Amino acid sequence: MTTPPAVEARGLRKAFGEVQALDGLSLVVPAGTVLGLLGPNGSGKTTTVSILATSLRPDAGRATVAGLDVVTDAARVRRVIGLAGQFAAVDPNLTGRENLRLIGRLSRLGRRQARARAGELLDSFGLNGAADRLVRGYSGGMRRRLDVAAALLHRPEVLFLDEPTTGLDPESRFALWDSVRDLASSGTTVLLTTQYLEEADALADHVVIISAGRVADTGTPAELKARLGTAVFHLDFAGKEAAQAAEAALTSAGYLPRRDGAGIQVRSAAGSGELTGMLRALDGSAPDPVSVAIREPTLDDVFLSLTRGGEAA
Amino acid sequence: MSTIAVAPRQPAAGRVAAAAQAVAGAISDTADVAWRNLLTQLRTPQALVFSVIQPVIFVLLFRYAFGGAIHVPGTNYVDFLMPGIFAQTVAFGAVGTAVGLSGDVRTGILVRFRTLPMARIAVLAGRTAADLARNLLVVAVMIGVGFAAGFRSPHGAGALLAALGLVIAFGYAISWGFASLGLRVSDPEAAQAAAVPVLFLLVFTSAAFVPSTAMPGWLQAFGTHQPVDALVNAERALILGGPAAHDVLISLAWSGGLLVVFALLAARTYARMGR
Repeated sequence: MTTPPAVEARGLRKAFGEVQALDGLSLVVPAGTVLGLLGPNGSGKTTTVSILATSLRPDAGRATVAGLDVVTDAARVRRVIGLAGQFAAVDPNLTGRENLRLIGRLSRLGRRQARARAGELLDSFGLNGAADRLVRGYSGGMRRRLDVAAALLHRPEVLFLDEPTTGLDPESRFALWDSVRDLASSGTTVLLTTQYLEEADALADHVVIISAGRVADTGTPAELKARLGTAVFHLDFAGKEAAQAAEAALTSAGYLPRRDGAGIQVRSAAGSGELTGMLRALDGSAPDPVSVAIREPTLDDVFLSLTRGGEAA
Repeated sequence: MSTIAVAPRQPAAGRVAAAAQAVAGAISDTADVAWRNLLTQLRTPQALVFSVIQPVIFVLLFRYAFGGAIHVPGTNYVDFLMPGIFAQTVAFGAVGTAVGLSGDVRTGILVRFRTLPMARIAVLAGRTAADLARNLLVVAVMIGVGFAAGFRSPHGAGALLAALGLVIAFGYAISWGFASLGLRVSDPEAAQAAAVPVLFLLVFTSAAFVPSTAMPGWLQAFGTHQPVDALVNAERALILGGPAAHDVLISLAWSGGLLVVFALLAARTYARMGR
């Protein structure tokens, strides 16, 4: 027997006045996996999550969570999901513990169980010391951890995280990543939105890139990177003129250089061996580069190539 | 729809039990949300203090600054004034409902509530219940202030309590009205700016502070046909004595009617937030 997908959306459309936030978005999240929904501001990430988490109705299209329709079966969907938002939706005038107990009771856990779960989660998110302090005195990272904890009170099958680390310092960010990894390894399905390509790369099994309310590309982080070749070269020159000469030489040799000031970036599918070919193309027609660096492509490269109209070779 | 077709029909007893469970759940959710709102208010006492200061200033102004110039035949002005102050206190208290809910819209906590398996009505019912509790507190303070300023409730404690019952009922109804406003505006300052003029208009065209007979006819026509005026008249009939049944019924009809209309409106606004 095959397990039905934890989340499935087909042709979701949603307009806010004149703005078409979602324009036929479809995605599937297999149970027990982490999906990274990646896109710039205004691409429809939050709208997608809001629809899947039953707080917003789509204009058209269908979506199911754990096999339940998010519109016609919203009440049952709410028992199996957790949502942690971009704007840490906890009450600043309650303590951390009070917040969790409130959400626990409203999740219909019962008084005793809500108290027990609140204690467990405060513990596992490292908030024990601050548990009985008002949240308005928390740091951004602590608030965000509390927000994620609040989404986990009733042990949801599917967890939605809408830009969980936006605005966090690196330390808090890595701590949150660890929490997400723990959840995923314990079998929770996670749909995470992010603007950080690095974050999707670090956490997601699959990535869906959206732009203007539509899916622009999808694949595993490795597949997306492979599509852009295996190496990215950075050549730095002594000055802008030298870099311009090199740009021209590389272009006429069939490469696709992208120049920024005195630096040039070239992607290559042939791997690091391509460096000799490029240096040969520069030989005689442009000054030697001051420095050369080779790195693996990141999702940033994928993203830039998609949003610039597929300039990748 | 297909899920409904294949689901086995519940026996009637099961449906009743399920309905009873849903009601019990809604009441428990309402209590939890009300508890949260009260706790939040106690921890931001500035708002509470200001909601007391305004009516206190009105008592002082009207009792001592303007009161000497206002003559109400057959009664002490302060006994005439306090029913107006009680009405004003709960009317302006409804601003708190709008401000509180718009704050919940802004912080995003309403989005979380919308994704929890809780009863949806609890968000509104819990807010208005907490505001009712706050009204009780503020009105109690105003009774003390009134007595200090010479108010004596000539027809006794029973009449005063009955009048305050009408005041609290009106406050609860109008609080639901301002709930819709709060849900529509995600900025507490804007919610306040929108709420206050409406309340000023209702309170100051009523007989809260001066007898309506002193107003020009066109203003009287509006001022004497609105709920604050009905409330103030009913309170005075009880507190100052006289035939009260008619005025009390009119005020109760206003509060009951407004409650039904406003509650339906607020519930609809909340349900439509996800559209």
